[in-house]
Amino acid sequence: MSALELKNVRKTYQSGDEEVVALDHANLTVSDDELIALVGPSGSGKSTLISISGGLLTPTEGAVVVGDEDISGYSSKQLTQFRSERVGFVFQTVNLVPFLTARENLVVVAELNGAHGGRRRRARARADQLLDELGIAHRHSHLPAELSGGERQRVAIGRALMNEPKLVLFDEPTSALDTHLGERVMELIRDEVKGRGTAAVIVTHDERMTHYCDRVVAITDGRLAA
Amino acid sequence: MILALRELRRTPRRFVSATVVLTLLVVLLLFLGGLLDGLYLGSTGALRAQRADVIVYSADANDSIIRSRIDPALRARVERVPGVTDVSGLGITLVGTTVPGRGTLADTAVIGYEGAPRGVSAPPPNGEAWADRRLAAFGVRVGQTLGVGPGQVPIRVRGWVRDTNYLLQGALWVNPATWRQVQDTSRPDASVPLGTFAVLAVSGRPPARELAHDIDAATNGETKSLTKSQAVLSSPGTRQQKSTFAGIIGVTFLVVGLVVALFFVLLTIERISLYGVLKALGASTPRLAAGVMTQALVVGIVAFGVGELLTLGLAALLPAQIPLLLQPSRAVSTFVGVTAAAVLGGTVSLRRIAHADPMTAIGATN
Repeated sequence: MSALELKNVRKTYQSGDEEVVALDHANLTVSDDELIALVGPSGSGKSTLISISGGLLTPTEGAVVVGDEDISGYSSKQLTQFRSERVGFVFQTVNLVPFLTARENLVVVAELNGAHGGRRRRARARADQLLDELGIAHRHSHLPAELSGGERQRVAIGRALMNEPKLVLFDEPTSALDTHLGERVMELIRDEVKGRGTAAVIVTHDERMTHYCDRVVAITDGRLAA
Repeated sequence: MILALRELRRTPRRFVSATVVLTLLVVLLLFLGGLLDGLYLGSTGALRAQRADVIVYSADANDSIIRSRIDPALRARVERVPGVTDVSGLGITLVGTTVPGRGTLADTAVIGYEGAPRGVSAPPPNGEAWADRRLAAFGVRVGQTLGVGPGQVPIRVRGWVRDTNYLLQGALWVNPATWRQVQDTSRPDASVPLGTFAVLAVSGRPPARELAHDIDAATNGETKSLTKSQAVLSSPGTRQQKSTFAGIIGVTFLVVGLVVALFFVLLTIERISLYGVLKALGASTPRLAAGVMTQALVVGIVAFGVGELLTLGLAALLPAQIPLLLQPSRAVSTFVGVTAAAVLGGTVSLRRIAHADPMTAIGATN
């Protein structure tokens, strides 16, 4: 079973009288523990592709299957539930909640999903375990403003892994980092993803980072390279 | 909601401006409510204390106890009305009273009565009175002999009663003979013959409105009878005071809602990208909306708590002559009003929250 399968996915937007094609009949299969780099220039459709893959957007045409779940026809409510349970996101600007500690930034994923009592206790235990594995357990009570860029990135990765997703989507995870730190973050992503048997799609401009991935997929004008 | 409460705890400064403004509005609401209650209760205590169902005025009195006169013959006709079970006379004279050792006159309402109202014992002997506690602020003490009215009628204070004043004048409850003496010496032009009272407090079979109608019909229109609640509101200025204050209080509640609405709209605009991120992580709109409602509620509760304490402190500094009465029931209604207005104000942000786009989390929008 694949972690992600896009079948003839098309996404169009209406701009005045004109139809803009953001994704043009994209086909992509990501295996269970595969790490894919998605590269392409600005406006090529990278964000649209990972948004559709992660249930942030619905396709105009085609099928999106994550694990064993076809999310193509999901309602907004179903997609919200899907995102909270089945995928992990790491955003370009990290986007941690500024008034939550590192540990709380992980637990919030479960809390947003309505975790109480035993579920919340288990979420806290998992957050502690992830922070430990990511090497920042000693920083668990610090607010994002008190963490370094690398530590914040680790917290963001931990947050993406909280709900034990089959698929993690990374949006330009190294764009705000220098080369050395970028490489360390990519190593971390690779180790975490591979170590857990999780699939990942990494959107990146930085071709120096693509060698950490199993496969590189290029996208131009909404079309994936064959 | 946990997220919303954590934000309040970790970034309290963000909510200070709204809380301060709401606190000032709470102080204003409690002061207005306290003045309304003080004016209303201070003006109507003598009537509210009556055990009667109906108050009977002379027809030409225009609902004024001071102008009304019921002579013994008219009283006898009222007593004969079917359904009337008890009739007692009541008279009120407003006069200045000299308190021993004090240079200024105390404003008093000398009330002559037959049937004991609620909280007042049976009529005292001639030359004695039950005094309302309001008069303590004027230096009146139990056992003192006051000089009442221009004639300085000596009246000894026998004990205290509560919440029985009339038109903000401290009540002195006396027997009918003492009242007539005060009335005759202070208003010789409007002296009261023996057996005549200002109004009658009548009890009888319900409903009171029908009883009032039957009494007026039996006296061929020589009386005008009001139910007790109508009589209370007919006290001079009472209805106008209530409607004026109620209007100001209502507008102030509206301002509370607007302040909260404006504050949370600005706050929502400021953190719209955070909402996008939280939605991308799986937060539903109702959950985020509940967080805003929770924050609005907490801001309202904190503002009320601080406002209540400030009001109690300020009230303690005010002179007793100012008719400010802070009642628990007013505090409860203000609390309910402020928190409800705060939550309603918070709902104005819901549309923006609903439209927060999770796509903004990855730097793109629809």
